[in-house]
Amino acid sequence: METTAAEPPKPATGVVHLTPDELETPPLTLRQLAWRRFKRHKMAMFGAVMIVILFLYAFGGALVISESYANQTDTKLRLQPPSASHPFGTDTVGRDVLARTIYGGQISLMIGLFAVLIEVSSGVLIGAFAGYYRGKVDALLMRFTEAMINIPEIFLLIVMAKFFGNKLPDVNILGRTLSGSVVIIILIIGLTSWMYLARIVRAEFLSYREREFVLAARAIGTSNREIIFRHILPNSIAPIVVAATLGVASAILAEAYISFLGLGVQPPTATWGNMLDGANNYLESAPWLWFFPGLLILLTVLSINFLGDGLRDALDPRSRAA
Amino acid sequence: MDNHPHTHSVAPSSPDPALGTHTHPETLLDVKDLVTRFHTPEGTVYAVNGVSFGVGHGETLAVVGESGCGKSVTMMSIMQLIPVPPGEIARGEAFYAGRDLLKLNDIEMEHVRGKEISMIFQDPMTSLNPVLSVGKQITEALHTHFNMDKEPARERAVELLERVRIPAAAERLNDYPHQFSGGMRQRVMIAMSLACQPSLLIADEPTTALDVTIQAQITELVVALREQMGMAVIWITHDLGVVAGLADRVIVMYAGFIVEEANVDDLYENPQHPYTHALLEALPRVDRRRSKRLKSIPGAPPNLQVEPHGCPFAPRCEYVMQRCWDENPILEQISFQHRVACWVNVDTGAPR
Repeated sequence: METTAAEPPKPATGVVHLTPDELETPPLTLRQLAWRRFKRHKMAMFGAVMIVILFLYAFGGALVISESYANQTDTKLRLQPPSASHPFGTDTVGRDVLARTIYGGQISLMIGLFAVLIEVSSGVLIGAFAGYYRGKVDALLMRFTEAMINIPEIFLLIVMAKFFGNKLPDVNILGRTLSGSVVIIILIIGLTSWMYLARIVRAEFLSYREREFVLAARAIGTSNREIIFRHILPNSIAPIVVAATLGVASAILAEAYISFLGLGVQPPTATWGNMLDGANNYLESAPWLWFFPGLLILLTVLSINFLGDGLRDALDPRSRAA
Repeated sequence: MDNHPHTHSVAPSSPDPALGTHTHPETLLDVKDLVTRFHTPEGTVYAVNGVSFGVGHGETLAVVGESGCGKSVTMMSIMQLIPVPPGEIARGEAFYAGRDLLKLNDIEMEHVRGKEISMIFQDPMTSLNPVLSVGKQITEALHTHFNMDKEPARERAVELLERVRIPAAAERLNDYPHQFSGGMRQRVMIAMSLACQPSLLIADEPTTALDVTIQAQITELVVALREQMGMAVIWITHDLGVVAGLADRVIVMYAGFIVEEANVDDLYENPQHPYTHALLEALPRVDRRRSKRLKSIPGAPPNLQVEPHGCPFAPRCEYVMQRCWDENPILEQISFQHRVACWVNVDTGAPR
């Protein structure tokens, strides 16, 4: 070790050359290893950076452009192509598309995050209880899960959106007044997407509950609740995180679907999805109507998928490849 | 550690006199006629078939026998760690401090495990949770049983790690199991199980997965801790060599039955069951001539999926008689603290 430290670092000459720093660092913790693997995943890093930029765009942009400007209609200015005063053009009632993508982005990203929060909490709870307790609990919860899976999701989304839509008063989140339909959409997307996660979590629990460290924990008097949440859950965090990131992407897409069908978040509250609603009539005559929100959805979903991919590789404790 | 505030609240000094009619005054744990079965799709496995034994305060009891003879299942049944179903504790009692452990519900049992009776397992590589730091795993029992706050629990964890002789204990508290070697992990396991000063430690082949030098260190460590903390130890093993220097009393199990029970010296000098005999013959010894081949026991252990009938060892026994096939001998006292289950007197070869 001393000789290596004394010599200046040389280029590799067939022998693996370790820097003194690498020789002396203590073994890495699981988290450090994961971060190291993640950093080397180029696509994932691109995804992560892209997501930060998109968040800055949606939430930082709001500091420059006011919401009333985004909702301001002026039919004299309708369907203007991109120009210096309206970089992304204007829509069918003369609203600035750039401003609307900023405020719509906030809603779309929020829907993605909160829907996933609901998805993860219900999926994890149901999967964990089913997998850990097995027997009757498992049978009951899994039959329910299967029943939910068997209903086509888009159909469920449409029916629920139609049924519950516009039944909530406007809400105030982060200083913005939003149509109550935002909350409804978050709930609907969250409650129709947890089934696959529940199955993944159940499978994880079925395998981990048989592990010796669970027995050892039980032998010192650890309660079931502690074993579920403190011992097994942290072990299955990798597939959950991955499913959650991918869930954000599909929640944003789901919102786009139902908004495109006019059942989603109601105007004047903008989302990337409902900006596409109606744009299909102007596919050729006013392409900026669908191009910018569409591009933003594409970028978000793509980046999140890359991120999830990278997280899956980084968090898998079995992958030792650095 | 010895003047720790919890020391006195943990060890029950004697069984409750009102309920203690079943137990001998000095007995800490008294197991009677324990029967455990597993109902598997392939049929019922008769794992433990009526086992009775006791452990005194501060006593070390070794349980020996080959793989699958029911050593671990017996102990796991007492701890209610058998998965039910497919497992079933069909019969039996296990009195500890005047209470039958087999009748306690889940919550009551959680208070016994770790606090009164602790258990450590064979493979330290898999017995620790890979994603929790060892500090967290050691303090867990302290939080559960004593509601200890974070800081005192950490201090106690450092103390425990020092006790099991892990160097730089305070710094290693935040390390994860993969940063420890096998022997060190077993030390951590021991620290975990002794955190609440249990009165009984069940060690289920704690050295089997370790190499020989580490085996000796771990055995020595448990002996030292037993002296310091005054707990009783049940040491499950299939290594008769380890038993000699460690145990006060030995139970030999075969096919879910106890076939012999004796004080450790008595067992080595005067083994009375043909199986014990054969086991000792199979043990390499430095004081025996090298030219002599080690004996092996012919045949294989019985299929536990067949309901036991007659003496389980009969098919492999060199002293077998007709009676052995028809009737299973009961465990009988033959001399002071020496019990054996056999129709034959191995010294004479004649029926008892």
